[in-house]
Amino acid sequence: MPYIPHTSDCVDTMLGRIGVPGVDTLFDEIPTDLQLERIKELPEGQDELTMLRELAELANLDPKLTCFAGGGSYDHHIPAAVWDITGRGEFMTSYTPYQAEASQGTLQLLYEYQSMMCALTGQEVSNASVYDGATALAESILMAIRSSRRAKRAEQLEVLTAAGLHPHYLAAARTCVSGQNIRLRSLELGEQGISRHALPDDNPPLALIVQQPNVFGRLEDIDRLANWAAERDVMLIALVNPLSLALLKPPGSWGEQGADIVCGDGQPLGVPMASGGPTHGFITCRKSLVRQLPGRIVARTLDTQGRTGFVLTLQAREQHIRRAKATSNICTNQGLLVTASTLYLSIMGANGLKEVAARCHEHTLTLADSLCAIEGVKRRFEGPVFHEAVIELPRPAQEVADALAREAGIFAGISLGHWYPELENCLLVCATEKRTASEIDAYARALAEVLAK
Amino acid sequence: MMHTIYDKSKGGRNVSAQARTREHRLDIPDSQLRETPPNLPEVAELTAVRHYTSLSQKNFSIDTRFYPLGSCTMKYNPRAAHKAAMHEGFLGRHPLLPDEFDQGFLKVRMELEAHLKRLTGMAAVSLTPMAGAQGEFAGLSIIRAYLNAQEQETRDEILVPEAAHGTNPASAVMCGFKVREIPLVASGDIDEQALLAALSERTAGLMLTNPSTCGLFEQRICEIAQHVHDAGGLLYYDGANLNAIIGRVRPADMGFDVIHMNLHKTFATPHGGGGPGAGPIGVVERLKPFLPMPYARYRDNASIELEGRFEQGLAAHPSSMGRLSAFGGNAGVLIRALAYVRLLGGEGLRRVSEHAVLAAAYVAKRLSEAGFDLAWPDRRVTHEFVISLKKQHRDHGVTALDFAKRLLDYGFHPPTNYFPLLVPECFLIEPTETEPIEELDAFVEAMIAIRDEAAKDADLLKEAPHDLPVSRLDEVRAVKELDLGVGSD
Repeated sequence: MPYIPHTSDCVDTMLGRIGVPGVDTLFDEIPTDLQLERIKELPEGQDELTMLRELAELANLDPKLTCFAGGGSYDHHIPAAVWDITGRGEFMTSYTPYQAEASQGTLQLLYEYQSMMCALTGQEVSNASVYDGATALAESILMAIRSSRRAKRAEQLEVLTAAGLHPHYLAAARTCVSGQNIRLRSLELGEQGISRHALPDDNPPLALIVQQPNVFGRLEDIDRLANWAAERDVMLIALVNPLSLALLKPPGSWGEQGADIVCGDGQPLGVPMASGGPTHGFITCRKSLVRQLPGRIVARTLDTQGRTGFVLTLQAREQHIRRAKATSNICTNQGLLVTASTLYLSIMGANGLKEVAARCHEHTLTLADSLCAIEGVKRRFEGPVFHEAVIELPRPAQEVADALAREAGIFAGISLGHWYPELENCLLVCATEKRTASEIDAYARALAEVLAK
Repeated sequence: MMHTIYDKSKGGRNVSAQARTREHRLDIPDSQLRETPPNLPEVAELTAVRHYTSLSQKNFSIDTRFYPLGSCTMKYNPRAAHKAAMHEGFLGRHPLLPDEFDQGFLKVRMELEAHLKRLTGMAAVSLTPMAGAQGEFAGLSIIRAYLNAQEQETRDEILVPEAAHGTNPASAVMCGFKVREIPLVASGDIDEQALLAALSERTAGLMLTNPSTCGLFEQRICEIAQHVHDAGGLLYYDGANLNAIIGRVRPADMGFDVIHMNLHKTFATPHGGGGPGAGPIGVVERLKPFLPMPYARYRDNASIELEGRFEQGLAAHPSSMGRLSAFGGNAGVLIRALAYVRLLGGEGLRRVSEHAVLAAAYVAKRLSEAGFDLAWPDRRVTHEFVISLKKQHRDHGVTALDFAKRLLDYGFHPPTNYFPLLVPECFLIEPTETEPIEELDAFVEAMIAIRDEAAKDADLLKEAPHDLPVSRLDEVRAVKELDLGVGSD
């Protein structure tokens, strides 16, 4: 009996003690017509060796492509120690730390994680994770509406997004906030892949979302956008790649007053791509908004003997206490991935993180230059980027990308026509620190060959 | 003194996992650059490894302790499932890979969907929700979308039993519903008369956990389903307690229209100190068009595609409730679930519920014989059960919390306490199918020993735990000082 430790003697002992003739009797309150002898078409159990072998075959089924795609998931190197320690049973097989005295390991780690995320984003408080970057954005919108002084008087709960917000984030946010009658409106995309400079002057929205770098890798004019928001009492939500913050201005320093809420996906910090999940979403904010922050939050305090310890705090925000009035329905979040990111940030430090960010950025610039040296290939947008860039091809990008995948084993990037019909010929490319000079060369040579056909 | 990783930081320490720093070509305007580096710890890799290893040792975990936490299904999750999911061939997949190069993972999705359909009896399954609560949100959004399509927008009430998980009402509110609570009768079942009185043309649906959060199987579930359907509402199944009936009873046969499952409870993903999980949902035929994006499907006999891998906007899938997250859900958790179903097979899964219920019934019987009060002594327990320590509270002045903290000294993680809220001084105990009888006996003995201690020296309980890294923590101070990070004050 796999993973069930009871011998037939144990079963008999238990049944005898309970005073029933057999296990089936224990189910006698369930109407008999609901109980099935067996469920059809379920497989026979496999032994561990067979299961592992067959799942490894599935894992290895597809030819592995060299990854030049980003778009919200990045192929970074993860130091070996990160998952060695994260995978320890004491982290992996513990529950949400409700019993503080028996969970000081997880609680202190979360406190340190909160400290690190605040440092990166330039904010005062952090939660202990939500599901992913897109749900972090959705929760940030709900939080901004709850916190907005103007929401009570507003006829329409309107939130404005800068252009170049990742379309999947926008779609997920729309799903999550639609039940609250919140309307999301986007600024028009300008010629150079950032928001057009025309911001509405009357009827300002309740909140403004700015993704930096945006989905095209472009850097928005964040100080201008931040000041515009601050002057109109518009809550500012920053959506950021946490790795970029090793180099780029933290949202807490955008404009005169900084962003109110910062969110994003922690995947670049020691979490594998893994088909998009599990990763973890993060949210940091001003301390004045902490009671509107969803999810677990850890605080440092003292025990009865005056020793330092850590506890979950402000639980009155949460569903298990407040039920229908909770800030969010979130319960299980992404604890183990937070553990990985905490290990990653500790091992990298500010210098290590900056080095990775700079190398990713430099590799992407090198890649874009190499590709643009090919006739008919050019950068689509002018102006600074971080870590990702859009190149324009002389023909539909998906065709070219398919050919590169099949013929050269290269995942050439994201064909932007999937999201923006007018960018059908454009590819969003990214070369992380893992991409070598020879891989970048190979990409450029293969692209030249494909385009020459 | 408790040192954080920041206390061990020393400026200028190098990282060894990455190449040495050098000058880079940046091409980023100064106005966009960070002026001062972020305050992150600077430690040697060994320091980080030691620091977090020693932190891990302060945790109770399944790998180290019995953890009978009711409603959470803290059972042993086979390491083989973890190993299967940690295969580089899965971890290295970009979420926007072309379908043609993602067949291995898409086969995992299709196979798991098929198994979950069989196990629940539902017509279709979506694997994208990332946790139980997100499954609830998705399921309720589907109910909303379905009712809107039927021009029943005015149905805006979700009914939940008063003992429901907190996520139920919270999810309903997130979906824009109003919540009405239905009381229980003395037997622990839902109050059918109150339910009938609450049902109306405003009813969108009823959310139920079955077995309930009281650890009891709702005996008149088929009649309840009939009432809700007769009133034009839908029935939602919270799958938190699926471990009690897996392989034996299917939620679809009970009349449920939409369900979520907690793969991290029933299907082999460890809790990770608070996630990740996955909360796939299953629906009956009429709700199929409203499932969230993306989902895998056969394009032809040979290949599978992930429909909606790229967001195409509302026009592409007008009936779908939409997208729940950036990509396709918690893939790693899905792989673990498939590995688990394959390891156990149909028979093994049925044994899970048999032995989960057997273990709970055994512990319940032993505790009851020892003089502890079962909250519903005349009912069969399911995979979990509730005891009330009201008597001990009355006789010795000790609370369920005191019992819980003293259990820590005995090396046991305490059961869920003060839930369900309607039973005073309660423990919700879920032993699971993977604990040997010796461990179950030791837990019972510890409970008895602690009760004896309470009679002799109640302070021993009130001041517990005594043998852990910290004693009881000052939660009031935590809220007052609100020290939420290094440098936060």
